[in-house]
Amino acid sequence: MIMIKKKEISPYLHQNNFIKYKDIFIMSIPMVVYFILFHYMPMYGVVISFKDFNPSRGILGSDWAGLKHFEAFFNSHYFGRLIRNTLLLSVYSLLWGFPTPILFALLLNEISNRHYKKAVQSITYMPHFISMVVVCGLIKDFTASEGVINDIIAFFGGARSSLLINKKLFRTIYIASGVWQDLGFNSIIYLAAISGIPQELYEAAIIDGANRWKQTIHVTLPSIAPTIVILFIMQIGGLMNVGFEKVLLLYNNSILQTADVISTFVYRKGLLEFSYSYSAAVGLFNSVINCILLVLANFASRKLTETSLW
Amino acid sequence: MAIKKSFGSRLFNMINTIILAVFSYICLAPVLHVIFASFSDPLKLMRSEGILLKPLGFTLKGYELAFRMPGTLKAYGNTIFYVGVGTLINMVMSIISAYVLTFNEWKYVKFLTVMITFTMFFNGGLIPNYLQIKNLGLLDTRWAIVLPGAMSVWNLIVMKTSFKTLPKSLQESARIDGANEWTILFRIVVPLSKAVLAVMLLFYAVGHWNEWFNAMIYLRDRGKFPLQLILRELLVEESQTATVSQYSKVIKVGDLDMYKPLIRYTTIVIATVPVLCFYPFIQKYFVKGVMVGSIKG
Repeated sequence: MIMIKKKEISPYLHQNNFIKYKDIFIMSIPMVVYFILFHYMPMYGVVISFKDFNPSRGILGSDWAGLKHFEAFFNSHYFGRLIRNTLLLSVYSLLWGFPTPILFALLLNEISNRHYKKAVQSITYMPHFISMVVVCGLIKDFTASEGVINDIIAFFGGARSSLLINKKLFRTIYIASGVWQDLGFNSIIYLAAISGIPQELYEAAIIDGANRWKQTIHVTLPSIAPTIVILFIMQIGGLMNVGFEKVLLLYNNSILQTADVISTFVYRKGLLEFSYSYSAAVGLFNSVINCILLVLANFASRKLTETSLW
Repeated sequence: MAIKKSFGSRLFNMINTIILAVFSYICLAPVLHVIFASFSDPLKLMRSEGILLKPLGFTLKGYELAFRMPGTLKAYGNTIFYVGVGTLINMVMSIISAYVLTFNEWKYVKFLTVMITFTMFFNGGLIPNYLQIKNLGLLDTRWAIVLPGAMSVWNLIVMKTSFKTLPKSLQESARIDGANEWTILFRIVVPLSKAVLAVMLLFYAVGHWNEWFNAMIYLRDRGKFPLQLILRELLVEESQTATVSQYSKVIKVGDLDMYKPLIRYTTIVIATVPVLCFYPFIQKYFVKGVMVGSIKG
């Protein structure tokens, strides 16, 4: 009896699927249109890397070129330099940028004064919100030969020089400023993971005679290991996507040898020199490598640690 | 509990406190340097060395000049437009779409989720995106700035996860009372998700405020440039000829070298202060947002 009554007052159980989901269907239209227009059509647009794209003839009307553009890229003398710069910049960034937030979170976790902890957090998260343009402006200003860093070098008796036109220093500047900007903010996620560790684990460790160092090594680190692994996989997946905006803002002709990366090359060839097909091919090569790296990292992690993105 | 701490433990606490203080100072110093420099007497500024610990003298001349620089005010207005309209579009699109994705039982949702998530890992790349904007006729329009980023997949998934935590029974009972999905979404789901929506709003708004790359590749007309693009010309551009002609509209050529750094510093402050002013109040929301995001969708 109750069942029947319920059926009567719930209008949905009688209606067919379309009527039931009519509103939902309408709501999904903007999303579908957006993803088709701004994500899937550009993905289709990737075919221009296999064509000799001519803007006046459109994508369909342009002639097929096969793998010509890829071959041209692989054989160009830029190829080795671009791969090397991209990988070195990302690997060094990963080497410095990945462990430091973990270390920072662990150090912060050892602070017992809540106000001090809060103050440190507020201050160190702040650089993350400064725009890339301003950060690069600051870098330019500070590394100029009359800038603050040179003031310090001169104070210790060194010679002043414009640091940003020194190709040996580009990676250091890029990575140090990256650590400066994101170290604090990237530690949030680890702090959150640490705060989720049950207190009993620490109590048990203390009873077993573990000091603070031992507690960190045997309780805190293993507890946040899954978070570390997931973030590491995501980093690997983006290995070829170096902070493109930053390189673009900082590099100049005298340091191309170490600063030019694949994405800035794509930008120059495509949007400044209008070699659409060629630079689309280079971009596609970059995306494919990224996808492969992500899948490999995920696979390795699933095998080794049983933690994975999917 | 008065457990006597060992010497090593106390030593560590001291060193740790110092390390964190030093790092905090390193984070803060450049920002303070710029703020102090923007109020400083340009002559003293030129002669000063090292990082500034206080303003050298006091002048608002830099601010006056920065606002008189051609394009600054206009660009400020543009940025406010992009932040306002862009964030509005972001929020409406994300809310509606996230709500759709909570309907697991609808047969298309799984397919939609897969298609959307895929775009996180693979995209057409710079050139195909650019050509698509061109084909849509959006090149050099304000829409090119606000539409291509109308939704962030990451934020969408975070929002969906948060919508899903709401008790289904609330929506069911509204449905029985005859409410349609729009009413349920905007009268029940949205008011109950204020916290996560605030976080998303802030993420989107800061993103728009700091955006410059799309503006650089899609816009030609200076009248539509956002502030960050003007900043880029002042701070990092290689070719100085354009900027010199801009400076020369507000200062005598002889004073150029003296006032240029001052104008640079003040423009940085003008462009960054809105974000940094709100920052103390919104900081905890950002932290919350990162934590929401860390829950696996």
